[in-house]
Amino acid sequence: MRYLPLTEADRQSMLAATRATSVDDLFRDVPEAARLAGPIGGLPSHMGELEVERLLGSMAAKNLPAGSVPSFLGAGAYRHHVPATVDHLVQRGEFLTAYTPYQPEVSQGTLQVLFEFQTQVALLTGMDVANASMYDGATSCAEAVMMANRVTRRKKAILSGGLHPHYRDVTTTDARFIGFEAVALPPAPRGGEDLLALVDDKTSCVVVQNPDLFGHVRDYTELAAACQAKGALLIVVVTEALSLGLLTPPGDMGADIVAAEGQSFGNALNFGGPYVGLFAVKDKYVRQMPGRLCGETVDADGRRGFVLTLSTREQHIRREKATSNICTNSGLCALAFSIHVSLLGEAGITQLAQLNHAKAVQLADKLAAVPGVELLNDGFFNEFTVKLPKPAAAVVEELAKRRILGGVPVSRLYPGEMDDLLLVAVTETNTDADMDAFAAALTEVLA
Amino acid sequence: MSMNTQGRPSAIPAGTADAVTGTYTGNRGLQIEEPLIFEQDSAGRCGVDLPDVPKVASRLGAVKPRAKVGLPGLAEPQVVRHYTRLSQKNYAIDSGFYPLGSCTMKHNPRLNEKMARLPGFSDVHPLQPVSTVQGALELMDQLAHWLKTLTGMAAVTLAPAAGAHGEMCGIMAIRSAHEAKGDSGRTKILVPESAHGTNPATAAACGYSVDAIPATADGRVDLEALKAKLGPDVAGLMLTNPNTCGLFERDIITIAEAVHAAGAYFYCDGANFNAIVGRVRPADLGIDVMHINLHKTFSTPHGGGGPGSGPVVFAESLAPFIPVPYVTHGANGFALVENAGGGQAFGRMKAFHGQMGMFVRALAYMLSHGADGLRQASGDAVLNANYVMARLEDVMTASFDGPCMHECLFDDRFLKGTGVTTLDMAKALIDEGFHPMTMYFPLVVHGALLIEPTETESKASLDQFVDALRALAERAKSGDAAYFQAAPRLTPRRRLDETAAARKPVLRWTPPVAAEALAAE
Repeated sequence: MRYLPLTEADRQSMLAATRATSVDDLFRDVPEAARLAGPIGGLPSHMGELEVERLLGSMAAKNLPAGSVPSFLGAGAYRHHVPATVDHLVQRGEFLTAYTPYQPEVSQGTLQVLFEFQTQVALLTGMDVANASMYDGATSCAEAVMMANRVTRRKKAILSGGLHPHYRDVTTTDARFIGFEAVALPPAPRGGEDLLALVDDKTSCVVVQNPDLFGHVRDYTELAAACQAKGALLIVVVTEALSLGLLTPPGDMGADIVAAEGQSFGNALNFGGPYVGLFAVKDKYVRQMPGRLCGETVDADGRRGFVLTLSTREQHIRREKATSNICTNSGLCALAFSIHVSLLGEAGITQLAQLNHAKAVQLADKLAAVPGVELLNDGFFNEFTVKLPKPAAAVVEELAKRRILGGVPVSRLYPGEMDDLLLVAVTETNTDADMDAFAAALTEVLA
Repeated sequence: MSMNTQGRPSAIPAGTADAVTGTYTGNRGLQIEEPLIFEQDSAGRCGVDLPDVPKVASRLGAVKPRAKVGLPGLAEPQVVRHYTRLSQKNYAIDSGFYPLGSCTMKHNPRLNEKMARLPGFSDVHPLQPVSTVQGALELMDQLAHWLKTLTGMAAVTLAPAAGAHGEMCGIMAIRSAHEAKGDSGRTKILVPESAHGTNPATAAACGYSVDAIPATADGRVDLEALKAKLGPDVAGLMLTNPNTCGLFERDIITIAEAVHAAGAYFYCDGANFNAIVGRVRPADLGIDVMHINLHKTFSTPHGGGGPGSGPVVFAESLAPFIPVPYVTHGANGFALVENAGGGQAFGRMKAFHGQMGMFVRALAYMLSHGADGLRQASGDAVLNANYVMARLEDVMTASFDGPCMHECLFDDRFLKGTGVTTLDMAKALIDEGFHPMTMYFPLVVHGALLIEPTETESKASLDQFVDALRALAERAKSGDAAYFQAAPRLTPRRRLDETAAARKPVLRWTPPVAAEALAAE
């Protein structure tokens, strides 16, 4: 077995040192009735690299890679071009095969990366501070609500109908088991919900998404101030982090907490995971934050260095009194995010965001010109909603047969509802030819 | 001199030798100092080349475009060098022995990385039509089959993103099952004192009060104390097995029977599953639900703190209470149940379908080992730990009698009166070129040193570590405490002031202008 360095001679000499008669003898504390005598049945024997590649390669070949066809899917996961540098650097063994940096003297690499990541997230969201990452945007959202509950000592969250349904479901699942109220508004594909009217003296927070599920972009400055006047926090969710390169950031609108998905930078689609949750807050809430935080300090020689800090909030110290049970987060995905953002820099991120938006404007016009198609959005970033004269799920299947991945039917996320609505996302990876092919195929399918 | 927000210099003035290194740069040969990326900015420089933006009127609605983000501009070679230099300040499995107890730092095969990057897995959107992702669903189904077979369990959810997330999922399932029976009187979860911090944190997060079970003198759960606490108010027991002292809970079947007799469920923290894969099936021990850390047992990389993946397996009794999504076999191949609908699924743990990238890696690992290799791997893991224990027990103090499972536990009695602490010992090991063992955990012994070698270490590697540790133990006993207290000396940074970091947290870089303004205040 190529991963096991012990030879049979090693095993025998080591067994002699342990005074055990055999390896099986070392398992003598396992109740005899439950001990297995040999390899477990129903599973194959070991394989060489070649066989594994063949087997997994054949499974991979049964999927349609988004990049092999014109693809316009978004709804919380976006196909962006990831520079080759990113994937090369994240595979450096010193990053890939290190544990959480609990020994700072030999983990300054990971720690400095986290410090820089926290800074990048704070800058992008327009917030004061950010943590070292969460599992994904949806869990980040649920943790933000629980943090708002702690800060306000209230237990009712108001969730906008524009919030991604998976984010809503993760939050309401936590609400049910952890014991708080989460009032989810019905979806508002054309906008027009009155969130503030629902805020009362029991409300800990209002959760909005920008751009929302349907692609609408909004200025939440007034809502932030109004929530805060009523003692509630405003949580802004962002599922397309690239939008932060172009839009007024949530921090500038007055958001108290930003919970975002960072996949757009540095991370492949990966069929939905692993991704990287971003979590940023105003300074005054730092000690109520969940998750790991990296801070600057000095070493015994007075040189600048970094450590995990404020860990008295965390489970390994506080146990049942911790702010969250989170332990492992998304370190390597955060690294990929950070490298991509570093490559882009100020000039690149602005241009990339503008490019995405301009292409989306172009496609929106092309699709709106297809007979029977109506564009629902006035304002959007790189994703918008169109109303079709036929059920969107069936249209998407027809488009897939023509080798076009034509967006996400809203009914995929809201079963049995809004079956004529289609979410369409555009990124820098979509060419003019892709967009023309999409418009042409849609015309054909709807004819 | 450029100063950061704390008034500390971030660079050495030109022509001045650094007080620590004696060099003019602060570098020491291959150990190269690296400033923050924000300190390498040059406006307008960019590490990517993008096409021109089509000239169209923007349609941002009521939202204004932002003026600036504040990111630094670097060209690609600078970015590559920055992260390469940073990587060289990390210790990693690839570079050396990493016996961090309870973390299972085993070799991470590169085949797994290659497989996870096949476009058919990595470049697939989670909401593509199901007809275009049959291979992805097949992979999830295969992984589920392996996990169920290895544990003997009836059902599995792949959704949780990490071990602690899996614990959450398991406790939610237990609560759902009690609720389905109309039993609302169960308010307590029993957790042994030796448990990982995530266990009590999870139980408390799910609204349960936590009742600690003491350990016996031989490092196991006190069965009588457990039985005394079991009653109609107990929802479940969370137990790690093998436990965090590295020992197999000999009474586990009796424990399970007692828990079930009280109407409660038995949650097993599967963080230490690596010790017993292919040796015993958790279902045969009476366990109802257990999470599995793919990033421990099944070799997906830890990545400096994630991403992990924490699938949860369920016995028949809890099988109906799993979250969405899950894969089913439909008439047209595999299908994906994504919405709870009217079923018993208790909700959703995260967006989309789980950590697919980790699923591919874990399955590649399982296929490579096969049933025979997995059994060999757990055997070697346990043998390695027992060997280390046998070679150290005359100079250090083992907390409990063996055999141990995949890790061996020592406490600091051997350091008594030397002035050297567990922490000092760990820091001295760093200078010897090893990553320290887990320190001060579990909490049930004083000054714990928990060593988990894993099966992917050679005998030579173990011998080198043991020889170094023996020499250090002798040195500590010889009265050279000062040597230990000053360790590590040879690392990119020496001991860091954690108290100062927590007292006045600096959690981000601040632009120099803001720093000046700060100073002027």
